Amino acid sequence: MAVLELKDVSFKYQLAKETILENISFSIEKGEFVALVGRNGVGKTTLCSIIRGLIPTFHTGTMSGQVLLNGLDINEMSIGDIALHIGFVFQNPFVQVSGVKQTVFEEVAYGLENLGVERSEIIRRVEEMLIQLNIDHLRSKHPMQLSGGQSQRVALASVLVMDPEILIIDEPTSQLDPQGTEEVFETIRLLKERKKTIILVEHKVDWVAEYADRILVINDKHIVKDASANEVFSDPMLLETGNNLPQVALLALKLRELGKLDFEKIPTTLDEAVKQLKGRGE
Amino acid sequence: MDAIRFEHVTFAYDNGFVAVDDVSLNISVGEKVAIIGQNGAGKTTTVKMMNGLLRPKSGKIMVFGEESSKKTTATLSKKVGYVFQNPGDQIFNQTVYAEIAYSLKYLKMDKAEIERRVMAAAQMCHLADELQTNPYDLPFSIRKFVTIASVVAMDVDVVILDEPTAGQDLLGLMYQKEIIEQLHQMGKTVITISHDMEFVIENFDRIIVMADKKVVGDANKREIFWDFELLERAALKQPVVAQLANRLDMKRNIINIVDFVSEYEK
Repeated sequence: MAVLELKDVSFKYQLAKETILENISFSIEKGEFVALVGRNGVGKTTLCSIIRGLIPTFHTGTMSGQVLLNGLDINEMSIGDIALHIGFVFQNPFVQVSGVKQTVFEEVAYGLENLGVERSEIIRRVEEMLIQLNIDHLRSKHPMQLSGGQSQRVALASVLVMDPEILIIDEPTSQLDPQGTEEVFETIRLLKERKKTIILVEHKVDWVAEYADRILVINDKHIVKDASANEVFSDPMLLETGNNLPQVALLALKLRELGKLDFEKIPTTLDEAVKQLKGRGE
Repeated sequence: MDAIRFEHVTFAYDNGFVAVDDVSLNISVGEKVAIIGQNGAGKTTTVKMMNGLLRPKSGKIMVFGEESSKKTTATLSKKVGYVFQNPGDQIFNQTVYAEIAYSLKYLKMDKAEIERRVMAAAQMCHLADELQTNPYDLPFSIRKFVTIASVVAMDVDVVILDEPTAGQDLLGLMYQKEIIEQLHQMGKTVITISHDMEFVIENFDRIIVMADKKVVGDANKREIFWDFELLERAALKQPVVAQLANRLDMKRNIINIVDFVSEYEK
C-alpha cells in the first residue's frame, strides 16, 4: 500500500487570482526517495503544505481532491496526528528554530519533550542526532547565534530526532557549503536505508541526481513528469521547465550535439559518466 | 588603485572568539572576486569589515586609499554596499518600493532622483512589477533581489553579495549573472560569497579561498580548483566537470563544460 497518495488535488490560495496547483495525482511507496523539482514559485512548498495538512486549514483557500496517509484521508486527522507521521524541515532555517530554547541541545530535544518522551530516551536520541549531523560541538551554543549552515543542520536534527515515518525536506542545503551539503545528503541516504519515505525539494540537481530514486517535475500548475532520476535528468526538456540538468548530462549532450561522441544513455551521475567516458574518445 | 585593502586584519567578538585571523588582501577598483570556503571560515565577517558593519580588533583596512577606522559606517556604506545573507536582517519596509528607496530618503535625496534610482534598480533586479508588494509576501528567492536592488540603488562603488545564490533556481541564477555583469560594466567592484562552485566559475576568474579564519588561497579559478591540497584544507571539492576530468586522467585545469569539450577532441 502506498504510504502517501494524492488524488486529483487542486488548490487556490484565498486571495490569489488563479489556482496554483491543478489535478495533482501521485502515490509514494514506503521507503521511496522522491524529489520535487520546479522553478521558484511553482508551488513546491504549497504541495508540501498540502501533504502536511496545513492546507486548507492553516493557509486558507479552495482545495479539491484527496490526500491519503497510509490509506486514511488526512482531512479526518488532526494536525497533531499528521505531524507524528510526517516530519517537516523548513526552507528557511532561521524560521524553524523555536526561539524559546537556550542551547542547541535543548532545541533538538524540544519536540521529544513536547511528546512526553522519557528523559533518558530523549538524551540518547539527541546525542545520536548531534553526532550524526556533525553539530555536537554546537551543543551549548544559543540556537539564534548560529551561522546559516549550522542553523540548517540544527533544524534538520530537530526534525529527524522525532523519527517520523515520512520526511518532507524543503531545500535543506540552500545555506550550506559543499561539505555540509554532502553531509545532509548522506544523512538522507541513511534515512532511506532505515526505510523512511523522503520527499525532498532541492535545486541542486547534481546532488539530487546522485541520490534520489524518482523525480516529480512541477510546471505551470501540473506534474509534467514523474519518472526515474536518470530519465528526468537526461532529458533536455527539463531545461524548458526552468530547471537545470546535472553537469555531466549537460556535458554528454554537448558532446553528442557536436558529434564528438555518442552515448547509448546520457549519464546523470558522476560514476555513470566516468564509466561511459573511460577509454573512449582517444 | 585598490578599492579594498586589508593589512593583517584580525577580528574578535567581545567574548574573545576570533572569527578572522591575520587576513591580508587587496581588491582593485572594478575587479570581480568570489570568496569561497566552509561555513564558519570567516567569509561574512571579512566582508562585513569592508563597509564598517564590523570593526577589526587589529590590522588596517583601507577603502579607496583611506583608512576605514577614521570613517563612520554611514560614510563607508556610501562607497561599499553589503547585501545581507539573510534578507530578513535587511528588509523592514512595507513595500518593495519603500525598501529600495529607504537609504536614499535617509540621505535626503530629492524625490525625482529617488524615483529614478529606484526604478533603475528595480529594472535591473527584475522587480518592476513588484514595487507595491510587501517584501514578505515574496518568496525568499525573490526577496533576495529586493536586498540587492536596495544596495544597487545606493550607487555604491563596491557591491558585496553574501550568498546570493542560496535557494535560487535556474532563472534566478541567470538574473544574478546579468546583475553582476552589469555592475562590472558600470565599473563597480563586485565581491561575492558563494557555495555554488559552478556559479563562481561561470562569473568570476579570481577566487579567494578562506579556511579556519584565514585566507588560504587567492588565485585564478583554474589554479584553485586543481590545487587538491588547498581544496582539502578548505573542505571544498572540485566542480563536477573537473572531478570527471580528473577521474579520466585528462589534462589538468579543466573546470567547466567548455574546457572539457575542447580538450576532448584532442
